[in-house]
Amino acid sequence: MAILLRTEKLKKYFGLVSAADHIDLEIEEGVLTSIIGPNGAGKTTLVNLLTGNIFPDSGKVFFKEEEITHLPIHERVKKGICRSFQIMNIFPKLTVFENVLIPIFALMNKSLSFYKLIDDHLDAKEKAEHLLNEIGLIDKKNLTAGILSHGDQRLLEIGLAMAPEPKLLFLDEPTAGMNPIERIKVLENIRKLSREKRSTFVIIEHDMDIVFSLSDRIVVLHRGQIIADGTPEEIKKNEEVKKVYLGEEIFWQKR
Amino acid sequence: MKRIKFFLLLALIIFLFSLPAFSGKYILYITIHILILSVFALGFNLLLGYTGLLSFGQAGFFAMGAYACAKILLILPSLLLGTMTGMIAGALAAFILGFLCVRHTRIYFSMLTLSFGMMIYSLAWKWREVTGGDDGLVGIPRAPLEIPGVFSIDMNPMGNYYYYYVLVISLLAIYLLYRLIQSPFGLTLKGIRESENRVAYAGISVRHYRLLSFTIAGLYAGLAGSFLPPLENTVTPPIAHWTHSAEPVMVTLLGGIHTFSGPIVGSIVFYIIKDIIVRYTQYWLIWFGAIIVFLVLVFRGGIVIFLIERIWPLIKWR
Repeated sequence: MAILLRTEKLKKYFGLVSAADHIDLEIEEGVLTSIIGPNGAGKTTLVNLLTGNIFPDSGKVFFKEEEITHLPIHERVKKGICRSFQIMNIFPKLTVFENVLIPIFALMNKSLSFYKLIDDHLDAKEKAEHLLNEIGLIDKKNLTAGILSHGDQRLLEIGLAMAPEPKLLFLDEPTAGMNPIERIKVLENIRKLSREKRSTFVIIEHDMDIVFSLSDRIVVLHRGQIIADGTPEEIKKNEEVKKVYLGEEIFWQKR
Repeated sequence: MKRIKFFLLLALIIFLFSLPAFSGKYILYITIHILILSVFALGFNLLLGYTGLLSFGQAGFFAMGAYACAKILLILPSLLLGTMTGMIAGALAAFILGFLCVRHTRIYFSMLTLSFGMMIYSLAWKWREVTGGDDGLVGIPRAPLEIPGVFSIDMNPMGNYYYYYVLVISLLAIYLLYRLIQSPFGLTLKGIRESENRVAYAGISVRHYRLLSFTIAGLYAGLAGSFLPPLENTVTPPIAHWTHSAEPVMVTLLGGIHTFSGPIVGSIVFYIIKDIIVRYTQYWLIWFGAIIVFLVLVFRGGIVIFLIERIWPLIKWR
């Protein structure tokens, strides 16, 4: 499998705190990768660095062997990298339908169209309906996004991240705060899309059930460094991983 | 609701077109001013209500439009050319200054626009050779509307042609803006207002879209400004002052920032209140300020929202 994304000695410090400390990471196409680690391990920072939300102090990021270290967010999206956020980041005062239309118009290069009404863009509307169907929000398409339940807002968040049809998609705690049914729906979706090889997923999760059942590969971060990298089986046996999750001993024994 | 909206609109347009038949010169003069302020404020609201940027320097672009139009009319008396030059001058100034302003948001953006606006003001005040300094530009003709070889309409002050000219162009500009906010571009701007980060992750350069929005607002300010010289026959520096920038801010807040018609309704109320108070006292600004404060507090979210959410259900219920 081809390597989609690669980092070279990626470094980011916030004051004296190392959020990313010489990270060398490769993400392969079609391999569902999870990034785990204790709180403050630098998981979100890593995603921020890879998607252009912040820039590294030093080191390089390559996407399909092309350097993108200092590329702004929107250009990375055009190349095929997108993400969802841990903290809700939707358009609360727009309807669910309008929410997904924004990235869809961008994908179709129609965001600059300023005379033709939205209603007359039938192809974009169709695409939006299709996406809403996929994430299971089609019944709520005319509701204002801000009044949706927490779980539905998370679904929309993931839908917005999927809308640009990225090659590589980072999901930052996609199922946080969802009820079990919604969670299953989201996971099924991820599994399906991953199997169809439409996107390569990189997931940040706290829920170990999800991580171990879903991932092909797990990367463990601790204090900005990769301390383990392998299949779920390998990670389960890794002594160092157990050490950083000290205090969650029971949790590890359970499996 | 939609049908009633349509008929109200139609009635308003018919009313505006038939206004010269039953009202005097003064009413027409005030109506032209309302139209100018409406166009000015609508452009401003594209920034505030739809892109989420509060500009305090719009009078600068208004003045660019007015001075550019005046200059053209003094050299070459053609109304259409003056209006177009005014529009382009406003848009061009907004594009150049916007390049620096849209790098920032919130209060930083507001302060930058305020200072750039005041720079244009001091330019108008000090650059005597071009702007006439504090005397301004005088003796601007109300040039005929003509396309050489096709037609020519005399804009004689005694006729009502200039009123129709402003009315038609204003309505056209308003209609285009109305289309714009319902287009994919308008939706994208609303997205930027709600969450610029999310829009960036849709693959859109937020800065470019802000700049475009700022330029369009400048174009509308320039258009509004270009209506002024043929009406007043003079242009003076105070139209570039920041107190003039406050007018679109005020009327937009009054009418409602999240409704398209807000700035128009605000402009109408603004001139009605002003016109009534001025008859009684020369300290009209004090009273005016007090009334505005009262209205903003009572009509949360603007007059239009108040009418739609509070008054309309009462009528419908009966």
